[in-house]
Amino acid sequence: MGRIRSLLIPGVDKRLLVRDATKVMPDLARRRFIAGGASLGALTLLTGCDVSDSFSAEEMLKQISKFNDGVQAAIFNPNALAPTFPESAITNPFPFNGYYALDDAPEIDGKDWKFEVRGLVDNKKSWTLEELYKLPQVKQVTRHICVEGWSAIGSWTGTPLRDFLKLVGADTRAKYCWFQCADYDGYNSPLDMASALHPQTQMTFKFADEILPRAYGYPMKIRVPTKLGFKNPKYVISMEVTNDYKGGYWEDQGYNSFSGS
Amino acid sequence: MSSLAASDQRTIATPAKVIQPAWVRVVHWINAVAMILMIMSGWQIYNASPLFDFKFSSSITLGGWLGGALLWHFAAMWLLMVNGLVYLALGLATGRFRKKLLPITSAGVISDTKAALTGKLSHADLSTYNYVQRLLYAGIIVVGILIVLSGLGIWKPVQLQYLTALFGGYEAARYVHFFCMAAIVAFLVVHVALALLVPKSLRAMIIGR
Repeated sequence: MGRIRSLLIPGVDKRLLVRDATKVMPDLARRRFIAGGASLGALTLLTGCDVSDSFSAEEMLKQISKFNDGVQAAIFNPNALAPTFPESAITNPFPFNGYYALDDAPEIDGKDWKFEVRGLVDNKKSWTLEELYKLPQVKQVTRHICVEGWSAIGSWTGTPLRDFLKLVGADTRAKYCWFQCADYDGYNSPLDMASALHPQTQMTFKFADEILPRAYGYPMKIRVPTKLGFKNPKYVISMEVTNDYKGGYWEDQGYNSFSGS
Repeated sequence: MSSLAASDQRTIATPAKVIQPAWVRVVHWINAVAMILMIMSGWQIYNASPLFDFKFSSSITLGGWLGGALLWHFAAMWLLMVNGLVYLALGLATGRFRKKLLPITSAGVISDTKAALTGKLSHADLSTYNYVQRLLYAGIIVVGILIVLSGLGIWKPVQLQYLTALFGGYEAARYVHFFCMAAIVAFLVVHVALALLVPKSLRAMIIGR
């Protein structure tokens, strides 16, 4: 589904599309991680039985993760700002991070690129980079925290997403803004509306006052300082405002979907 | 209820003193399971971005990969926190902490440490903790509180940013969390070894007497 849709989106590098088509699905073995981990783990030793045999540990953990989504949404304070830092605190060099090497990162021609807006919005027009650059921008220096544990402080400049949502007449009572990206495996990630409307959530066009380099998501990244890094999609090509939970690249593999910080 | 229980006890020929009340035993074993799940999944999470120049062998970690480990960690945390809160509440309400863990005097700790190292420490009365035990048990409660608070600070460095700041910021909180884990593992090694050396203490934690 998502694969077919991404093929129809104009402005995507043809070479990436070919690679997209030939690329195998994400490692299926990985989806069986928990059962494997449990049987290897000490639970087996402790109880003398294989946890994954007696009941579905994987299913239980998924349910608790959904419960944790609810807990995090409940404690999310829309007015709590992520701490900001002086420019001197910026991590240099700021790390490139992805599930692929930098050489495999999308190479996007800004002149061809368009940002497609779909779903529960009044104005479904696609935006060129030139048009987006004309919107008012703000700069913020915040900490990027990776799900792996490491963190780095960066400087991001762009348009607050909530201003853009207002501009296109988005139904902000909808549950999610769902982003799709140009990454070769069709990266995508849902962002809950409360976080999308947070004052620091940003459509980012610059890093450290320079046009966003390829490594950090040229031409546009969604910077969400109240979320873990994988909820900050790069190389964004479209946004759908929706009430449906459509999953995400890492979310589908087991990372907690809310992953708020 | 209590009068019934008391009369039951009188009918036993040699009434054995209850060393570990039922609630202590229940929270102890729930805590043991929660701690092991938290530590083993925590090691897997650590491996994704090690703080030091080593990783934990995958044979002793839980979850299989980072995503699985995080699911375990953020599931077992509820078990650890709820059980821990019940323990703290009952420990304070029943006066167990005060009676069992206080006072702790440096003279007492020094003399009991000497006695322990020379093999002269008595284990005749398991209902009274010696000064080394008092210090370690009180200390591990403090470490338990610190590891939960630093963990919350790492989990929610925006929503709970004042807590995170209390630990010196996000990066420092990761180190605090790690060293608390190391302290708990060190405690566990000693604790389990001594329980095996004095098996009646293990029996008391299972059947109560």
